[in-house]
Amino acid sequence: MILKNSWVQIHKILLKPEERTGSLPPDTKQVPFEMWDKGFLTKNANIGDEVEVITITGRSVEGTLIAVNPSFMHNYGTFVPEILIIDKMVKTFLFGGDDQ
Amino acid sequence: MKQDNSYAAVIGRKNSIMKTAVGIDYNQYETTNISFDYERLMKETGYSLAQIKKIQYSHGVGQTPLKELPNLSALARKIAPTGYGARIFIKDEAQNDSGSFKARRASIACYHAKKLGFKGVIAATSGNYGAAVASQAAKYGLKCIVVQECYDSSGIGQPEIIEKARACEAYGAEVIQLSVGPELFYTFLTLLETTGYFNASLYTPFGVSGIESLGSELIEDCLSKTGKLPSAVIITNAGGGNLTGTARGIKKMTDEKIQIIGASVNLKGLHMASDHDFNRKSFTTGHTGFGMPFMTNPDRSDVPRSAARALRYIDRYVTVNQGEVFFITETLVALEGIERGPAGNVALAAAFSLAQERKEDEIIIVQETEYTGAGKHHQAQMAFARSHGIDIYFGDPAEEIAGKSIVLPSRIDQIKAVDLDLIKIKQSAIKNQIKDWKKLTATDFVYLIAETNSTPDFVRQTLTELNVDWEEE
Repeated sequence: MILKNSWVQIHKILLKPEERTGSLPPDTKQVPFEMWDKGFLTKNANIGDEVEVITITGRSVEGTLIAVNPSFMHNYGTFVPEILIIDKMVKTFLFGGDDQ
Repeated sequence: MKQDNSYAAVIGRKNSIMKTAVGIDYNQYETTNISFDYERLMKETGYSLAQIKKIQYSHGVGQTPLKELPNLSALARKIAPTGYGARIFIKDEAQNDSGSFKARRASIACYHAKKLGFKGVIAATSGNYGAAVASQAAKYGLKCIVVQECYDSSGIGQPEIIEKARACEAYGAEVIQLSVGPELFYTFLTLLETTGYFNASLYTPFGVSGIESLGSELIEDCLSKTGKLPSAVIITNAGGGNLTGTARGIKKMTDEKIQIIGASVNLKGLHMASDHDFNRKSFTTGHTGFGMPFMTNPDRSDVPRSAARALRYIDRYVTVNQGEVFFITETLVALEGIERGPAGNVALAAAFSLAQERKEDEIIIVQETEYTGAGKHHQAQMAFARSHGIDIYFGDPAEEIAGKSIVLPSRIDQIKAVDLDLIKIKQSAIKNQIKDWKKLTATDFVYLIAETNSTPDFVRQTLTELNVDWEEE
């Protein structure tokens, strides 16, 4: 159970594929137009329930509850070793190699 | 009676929603058939350069340092003909509150919204502008909503856009994230209508005139540091506001000819509304997918008449590839000790190539940098691309196919800015402006010359080819 006033994320389908505009590439036309928003839960609920939230600007928005205390987990990604090659290339070209 | 909020009904109310949400009656600037009075719009609805600087300097924006990049210039000279390789400078716009030049645009929009008595501001952006509006809104006690195109249909988001969502929320904004598609505009209009907030569009006179201070400052900074003017200013181009505002600011400082060069990342072949292509590009802005359509049709923006009209000011338009920008972004770290976000370095990659065409005593200025961090970093962007099957390798960047490969230059002399044909772009812009009109007035004729920064003969020839009649005074 997720308690009332918890900070949560909701998801909502705004337009079904058949409701989307005509000027879309075929791959986009096949999928719904979706929305994610965050706010404070107005009633106790469980993940997957249809809920109402009050957003940080005070708007009431309804959608499916998908997360509580939603977190940002983005990072710098897995290491890209090419970056070290670039460093070596430009430093050697400008300042000379280690033996110089 | 309950208001009809269907897609068609909301789009149908577009003009009245915008009039309320921007506070400008654009109709009064319309002149004849296709033309409107751009300068009058800018003058009557914008702010003077002195006012802009006063607003910005008291709100954490502007007066960013202009920095010379001696090692990058030296690297360019190693491969340039003898005596060539201009001095490269960057305006370190990452130092603005919220970390990019977009703070300049947001500062004027938020100041204006507050002055008019709006309770909040809304911006539709997946870029740095969201954080800029959220940061400025915080200073004025305005509520703020940012609408982002963020996820593909698998719910995967570009790391760069996720970081911007985080920044917007950190500054107190509500962030509405959407899947791929132009229907974002429908959501945006609905929000403007239901909240009554100000549309902090990038394309109003406020959003564009806010950048004039950047053009002005780079002239002042360059004169005080070097005693002379730059021969060229290179500007990353997407919607055209950055280029327009910078060029207008420069023109307010000097009558000397300074070449205005636009640079975009080449994303040819990728569809901007494609769910599949969305996460196969490594730049979410500063690319040709925005740069070309907005240059040839500026009024496709979210206001009836865009104040961002790059074709009026641009002298040369070049592209660079994704691999070249990542390479230069890392070179900036390795040789100058300056770590910045890749999207802000598009013009820098072009500058490295174009410096080699200019003499050693010339100065070229790259007019922005942007902040970097988790998600918003060349390491993060390349890792994300690789996880989506993009082939990253060293080779000739000219081989790069957007959406399939990122080719890092295997030799430094392979970094080459590629010229786009401005004549064709101007012809295309004229065609887009004419729409179905068969006859233009003398006012339209003069307007088209200004819109394309061209000559009467060029416009005459283009109109003749399009089978359109016109009058002249």
